[in-house]
Amino acid sequence: MSAEYTDFLQASVRTATPLALAAYGELVVERSGVINLGLEGAIIAGAFGALVGAGAGSLGAGFALAITAGCAVSVLMAVVVLWLRADAIIAGTAVTMLALGLTGTLYRAWYGAQGAALSVPTLAPVRVAALADVPLFGRALFEQPSVTYLLYVLAVALWWWMRSTHAGLALRATGERPAAAFAAGISPVKVQAMALLFGGAMGGLAGGVLVLAQVGTFAEGLSAGRGFIAIAIVVLGRWSAPGVAGAALLFGAASQLQYVFQSLGWPVPYQLFLALPYVLTLLVLAGTQRRAESPAWLGRPLDDDAR
Amino acid sequence: MHRPGARWVIPGATLLAVVGSVLWILQAGGYDTARALHALWDGAFGSTYSLVSATLVRATPLLFVGLAVGLAFRAGVLNIGAEGQFLAGATVAVAAGFAVGGWPRLIALPLARLAGAAAGAGWAGLAAWLRRRFGVLEVISTLMLNFIAAYGVSFAVRGPLQEPTHVYPQTAELSAAVRLPLLFDGHRLHLGYVLAVLLAVALWWFLTRTAAGFRVRAVGAGASAARSAGGIDAARTAAWVFVASGALAGLGGASEVTGVTYALYEGISPGYGYSAIAVALLGRLHPVAIIGTSLLFGALEAGAAAMQRDANVPSVLAAVVEALVVLGVLALDHARRGRTD
Amino acid sequence: MELCGGPDGFVSDIVLALEAVDKRFGGTTALTKASLTVRRGTLHAVLGENGAGKTTLMRIAFGMQRPDAGVIRLDGRAVRLASSADAMARGLGMVHQHFTLVPAMTAAENIALGGRGMFSRRTVDARVASLAERAGLPVDPAARVSTLGVGAQQRVEILKALARNARILILDEPTAVLTPSEIEELFTWLRRFVAGGGTTVLITHKLTEALTLADDITVLRRGRDVLSAPAAGLTVNRLVDAVTGDSDGVDTPGLRVTRTPGQIVARLEAAEVRDARGVVRVQPVTVALRAGEIVGVAGVEGSGASDLLRLLAGRLAPSHGIAHLPRHVGFAPEDRHRDALIEEFTLTENFALRDASQRMGVMPWKTLRAQAERVMHAHDVRAPTPDVAASTLSGGNQQKFVLGRELDDRPLLVVADNPVRGLDIRASAHVLRELRETAAAGSAVVIHSSDLDDVLPLADRMLVMFAGRLSEVAVTRDAVARAMIGAA
Repeated sequence: MSAEYTDFLQASVRTATPLALAAYGELVVERSGVINLGLEGAIIAGAFGALVGAGAGSLGAGFALAITAGCAVSVLMAVVVLWLRADAIIAGTAVTMLALGLTGTLYRAWYGAQGAALSVPTLAPVRVAALADVPLFGRALFEQPSVTYLLYVLAVALWWWMRSTHAGLALRATGERPAAAFAAGISPVKVQAMALLFGGAMGGLAGGVLVLAQVGTFAEGLSAGRGFIAIAIVVLGRWSAPGVAGAALLFGAASQLQYVFQSLGWPVPYQLFLALPYVLTLLVLAGTQRRAESPAWLGRPLDDDAR
Repeated sequence: MHRPGARWVIPGATLLAVVGSVLWILQAGGYDTARALHALWDGAFGSTYSLVSATLVRATPLLFVGLAVGLAFRAGVLNIGAEGQFLAGATVAVAAGFAVGGWPRLIALPLARLAGAAAGAGWAGLAAWLRRRFGVLEVISTLMLNFIAAYGVSFAVRGPLQEPTHVYPQTAELSAAVRLPLLFDGHRLHLGYVLAVLLAVALWWFLTRTAAGFRVRAVGAGASAARSAGGIDAARTAAWVFVASGALAGLGGASEVTGVTYALYEGISPGYGYSAIAVALLGRLHPVAIIGTSLLFGALEAGAAAMQRDANVPSVLAAVVEALVVLGVLALDHARRGRTD
Repeated sequence: MELCGGPDGFVSDIVLALEAVDKRFGGTTALTKASLTVRRGTLHAVLGENGAGKTTLMRIAFGMQRPDAGVIRLDGRAVRLASSADAMARGLGMVHQHFTLVPAMTAAENIALGGRGMFSRRTVDARVASLAERAGLPVDPAARVSTLGVGAQQRVEILKALARNARILILDEPTAVLTPSEIEELFTWLRRFVAGGGTTVLITHKLTEALTLADDITVLRRGRDVLSAPAAGLTVNRLVDAVTGDSDGVDTPGLRVTRTPGQIVARLEAAEVRDARGVVRVQPVTVALRAGEIVGVAGVEGSGASDLLRLLAGRLAPSHGIAHLPRHVGFAPEDRHRDALIEEFTLTENFALRDASQRMGVMPWKTLRAQAERVMHAHDVRAPTPDVAASTLSGGNQQKFVLGRELDDRPLLVVADNPVRGLDIRASAHVLRELRETAAAGSAVVIHSSDLDDVLPLADRMLVMFAGRLSEVAVTRDAVARAMIGAA
């Protein structure tokens, strides 16, 4: 196989990683019945946290601060949606705007002088000895920064967790029928709060990956809508962890195709490929909404008798 | 409708909280607070020029899109796709503007603007159709359509609509026949603002005085009772409101290209569709109140731009303010519910 | 009153006691000094009308709601129940009237819900199968709940409680949705459970059910316990008095008046209703309604009775067949908060809803306000002006307003679904009298009530729905009750 092919595959996986991580977070949140538009905010907060942490200490501090920042955003989301009982869509939009604005403001305030020259250390690729030698896709899939392997691991781990633990069962029950979960002694509010916290942590981690494993610096609005893409990925992956991994890889590949066509000199508008996954998501939505794949209570607020 | 006082108490209290937060952020960021606030005021209201050419010009798209979001929310339609509908309107208005650019202004201009409104309506109609035909949540579909529209603009300004030299990612300029007349000499404010204000008043009249407007309000306040007691086809009403909301947002896009930029480029909307949610909510979804809140947010964005220029405070601070306003309204709504429960 | 002290040797045997419990929701009082004493190994029936506080009291016993005042005792010790999980851990189990199952999950998953640690489908399936076997409640552990019938879903609910070692089972109106044979099975099972040392609290509004099944009976009325005694010493009359209270001064609907039926005002011809999935809810039905007659409709939940009503009200189009209906049918739906009123709208606006779909152009608000005001006066709606929000009215006044609006243009046909549910006796009497007068004035009136006592004294004819099939029966309690359970 040609080097272009391997490069394309490798870049696709690399691009897919933050998308998949954020989407895993969103998957858990949606399984609890909430649509979290604050995810975009968690990603940008995570990216900024990574910059601050890595700039001050180490890569480890960067990731730690990224996850913390993502969690902070989701705590705000949880307070507004679960405690103040506000509409999750409006709250999520506001939380994202707040995070985008706040990180932008603080970035200029704290790093304004350095600007674009600012850079932080990035994660080096880790070769998985045996697997990286597999022909066709070995090098592309198994010579990646260590965080990329989370994409593979979580696809299986989350799938297993959701069907083989009582916590996973409680999560699904909350997203299907909160009143039933409540009657079984589960607190839907607590489940949704925990899910949002996990979603925020994953969003923050995704932002950290963006800065510490890919770009190596921060910019205003670096998240560039990845939180919303993650929501599409969850839909396209039909609310299952392996599905989410596949859909994330598809989105990753679509965003890399433009470079392939550029290198081949084909005059195909790259926007077509960037837009394609969204069109696909709409088609999947139209095709599956009537079937019972999405959580039955998704996007509906908790009733008073489920609190 | 019932507690006229509450409508003003809540925004007032919210604004106080927001102002406090902003001052705190300016302090925390180590900015020269006094200078920043001075720049903010100057940029928004400091002179006739800043008021007319900055604040009101920025308020125009916010008013159009704020009305779009307000109308949709009023009927219980969670249209967060105003951004995409705005872009669709801007794109098609420009394309139509080139097609009819040689015609007399009296025909060409309304045609181009109507085309923009129709494009916005169509873009929203797609989501409305997906909702009715397949039960797709409009929140997710409009989000997807926002992205598709943004890529559509990106494609258009690099492909079919690119300016003749094929250097810059933008369209050529519209001819004078499809430009909105300016209201005052030497100022950038255009006829679109007057139109938007008239639309707001008309929308208010429609919602409170007409039978169709009553149906819209009924569907939003209690879809089930509207269906059962009023025999109203709630799904159909919601779908039409969705389309009308898209038309308003599309008209906003058309106004921007025919009134301000005269061309299409990427990033023509700095997120009007999202800011509009704050505008509409702070205006309690009341069309006339939205005139006021759009002015406030127009001033905020104009002031923020000046703040960046003169005090080096990033203009994204405006986004912080908008977000805090929304969160504040949500929190105060909760407090008010707590009292009346 | 009767039993609070009780005979000697009685108290030591008390497994569950609620003492002087108060509970308010906002401005309304649900319970005042309500008490309940349940002996170990007995079946205790809690009787009362809708809104008497039965369910609230049991939700407090089950830790779902916190009492404002009062004591809960388990085995004689005062306890504070923080949540239903807390109650379950102490051996309480509750089967709610509307099942709390996750349709998309299997029976076994539903039963296992709320546990900790690992979840192995195979182990849980086996455990549930053996529990079902031991308990004598046949259930397929691997079946999705959405595919199970109502009886089977109830068995899953009971197994859920038993799986958590419940020794006290609280059942809220368990027979409301069951077929007669399912009811018999449930009762047999409950007797066995109690004989085996278990304790059952049965919430019901059916007097005969309580008398035949229960060891002890407690009656609640308006949030208080007004009677508590062993069932053996009680009679139906005694219970009726306790449940309904002193009804002096309340105008009870008079006897049926024999009228010559007028001309046909509405007609269904082979009208059939299917739901979104194509399941037949109402088998093809042909029926004619005549001016001046009151037609009672009966049928348990899920029988298709409410679909038939919406069909007659023109709120549901038949999937097949024809519905000839007058232009406007007055309709008082069962859930008035959801289907009849918009709570944040003013009374004028709510009045305007009636013709909202046909109206064109500008709203004549001044006229509408005057009309709303007239309706308020004519139907004794207690509200200061027509400009107040509907949410500020009491339930009785809301219902009077809804009825007033629907009767205002003298429709040829009026359909009322459970029109007196949740109303106090005075408001109920008012509403029923209005319906009777409407028929006397020449309209056809259709009334469905889950309480036959409301509708039998009024009805000229009785239509009964059972499993989607309509039959017309004699206007006697026995005939209707038999038809409702398919035993005609």
